[in-house]
Amino acid sequence: MSLSSEQVRAEVLAILKRLAPEVDPAQIVPDQVLRTQVDLDSMDWLNVLACIHEQLGVNIPELDYGKVVTLDSMVAYLTARLAAASPA
Amino acid sequence: MKPPPIRRLPAPADPDDAPAADGFSWAAVARELGLTPGGGVNIAELAVDRHARSAIADKAAFRFLGAAGARREVSYRELAELTDRFGNALTALGIGRGDGVFVLCGRVCELYVAVLGALKIGAVVSPLFPSFGPEPIRNRIAQAAGKVLVTTAAAYRRKVAPLRGELPSLQHVLLIDAAGDADAGTLELHALLRAAPATPARVPTGPDDPALLHFTSGTTGQPKGALHVHGAVVGHYASARRALDLHPDDVFWCTADPGWVTGTSYGIVAPLVIGATSIVDEADFDPLRWLGILAGERVNVWYTAPTALRLLLKAGPELLAGRRFPDLRFIASVGEALNPEAVRWGQEAFGQTIHDTWWQSETGGIMIANAAGQPVRPGSMGRPLPGVVARVVRHVEGEPVTLIETPDTVGELALEAGWPSMFRGYLGQPGRYRESFAGDLYLSGDLVRRDADGYYWFVGRRDDVIKSAGHLIGPCEVESVLMAHPAVAEAAVIGKPDALAGEVVKAFVTLRHGARPDDALRLELLAHARRRLGAAVAPKEIAFVLELPHTRSGKIMRRRLKARELGLPEDDMPAWGEEK
Repeated sequence: MSLSSEQVRAEVLAILKRLAPEVDPAQIVPDQVLRTQVDLDSMDWLNVLACIHEQLGVNIPELDYGKVVTLDSMVAYLTARLAAASPA
Repeated sequence: MKPPPIRRLPAPADPDDAPAADGFSWAAVARELGLTPGGGVNIAELAVDRHARSAIADKAAFRFLGAAGARREVSYRELAELTDRFGNALTALGIGRGDGVFVLCGRVCELYVAVLGALKIGAVVSPLFPSFGPEPIRNRIAQAAGKVLVTTAAAYRRKVAPLRGELPSLQHVLLIDAAGDADAGTLELHALLRAAPATPARVPTGPDDPALLHFTSGTTGQPKGALHVHGAVVGHYASARRALDLHPDDVFWCTADPGWVTGTSYGIVAPLVIGATSIVDEADFDPLRWLGILAGERVNVWYTAPTALRLLLKAGPELLAGRRFPDLRFIASVGEALNPEAVRWGQEAFGQTIHDTWWQSETGGIMIANAAGQPVRPGSMGRPLPGVVARVVRHVEGEPVTLIETPDTVGELALEAGWPSMFRGYLGQPGRYRESFAGDLYLSGDLVRRDADGYYWFVGRRDDVIKSAGHLIGPCEVESVLMAHPAVAEAAVIGKPDALAGEVVKAFVTLRHGARPDDALRLELLAHARRRLGAAVAPKEIAFVLELPHTRSGKIMRRRLKARELGLPEDDMPAWGEEK
């Protein structure tokens, strides 16, 4: 499944909105650390990753946590993983 | 802050006459710290100023690691100056002995300066967990009639400014990151620090003077502010040496936030009093980052939590492949019982046994531990430290508390009053303080068994308090916020077992007539709770139910809900103190 980065961004924001429904996506600064802007504790964060795995089919290993700290970097990471996984 | 009813510990006639069988006496530890009977004691003097006058003045007290990679060392000498300036700045604002000072920010240098500087001038300090939402913050500051809050501009705007009108006691809000454009009703901390003199700030304090306030949760009613005194420092010092094997030359990393008692007793006080160097990481848990800190900062002693250890374990062996930790000498854990698998994994991953420890906000410091040099029993919290007398008791509502001597019999863990870091009151709730003692026994609320060799094993909680990622959450605080929503008739909250966090908060709600139990309402309630309580306290799950189980007198039977959740027969749950 290959998705545009806009589609990936919409999916990620929808997942965030389900787990932390108080979040206003318009308030998220996309190139700043997500977890300092959105009130997510460790369990919330794991749930976000689990939902991403479930809905986009991408498992983010612990070694890659450093690559998904902002909304922009997470979208770029997921878009690239999805593109790499889809048949050329 | 209203003068709280401080419980004074009986002074032994001549404590040196009667050291315990192992030669330990609290009086001897106090003497080692230079304290004299009847003399003064101040936590910040022993933690900072004493070292700033000594040969280790230029040694790093803290090494602060910024979220974006900055690294800053602060020596004991610098820390003494910064805390003097902060103490003098508070004095200039009219703050003094017994006044409540709250801190609400991430793990940055200013937090540590504020806590220690306030202690110097005899103020009572309460660090709040930065993930608290507005309601837990308001409740705690209001209960203590807090006069000062040290926080960030963002936290102030989001969580405090909207409720400022409900906090008439709060005279000063000091922002650590405002630069010339401070919000109305706030002051710039750094401007105050620059203007304040670096002369010694000191108000004489005694061993029974209040110093620290840690809020904890019970089943019912408001959060309880457990009040600790300056004399507690004797317990912090002795327990860190014995249970954590901490020495002056060590690099020490306590991963807990000072908003929880561990992050204050062992993240601030104990390592400084010992004269060690403490690592403080501003960032949230990240497996790769944490392993990098352990190796790169050459950590010798590491005090962390089961949830973090289980998350590292879950990350799998690739994470640890090729990594070595030659400097790491001692690993300890606190927060909830450490499962035997995690202990065994520690051996594989680090070549070290992980030492579980047990204590609470009320005990102020470690009471029971798998101490250095003793054989560890995986899954056990260990044995009482020297100077601590633990008991297992039968405690049933309306009956006298009796000792259980038979090994491997479940009862409530109790401690003989008199250790220095024992809490001395629940702020403004003297009745609840009295209820937590039976004679001279402090009743911990934790159910345990003691094996024939004196090792203690955690069994569960006696009450309905939820333990999530090592932190206590009171069901009442969560239920009352849910019930403030117009669609909710009644709410009951339980801890749902979770492989990583121990328990997570799950809420069951009944709705008012006309409200529809659909997904939109569920998300609305979740948002409502998270906005007011913050992620650390708000429920992770909300379920709609048609009715909640009640006792005949109308109390919600949370244990029944929990039994249902677990698929157990409802009469199988231990019903300690519950009405039938």
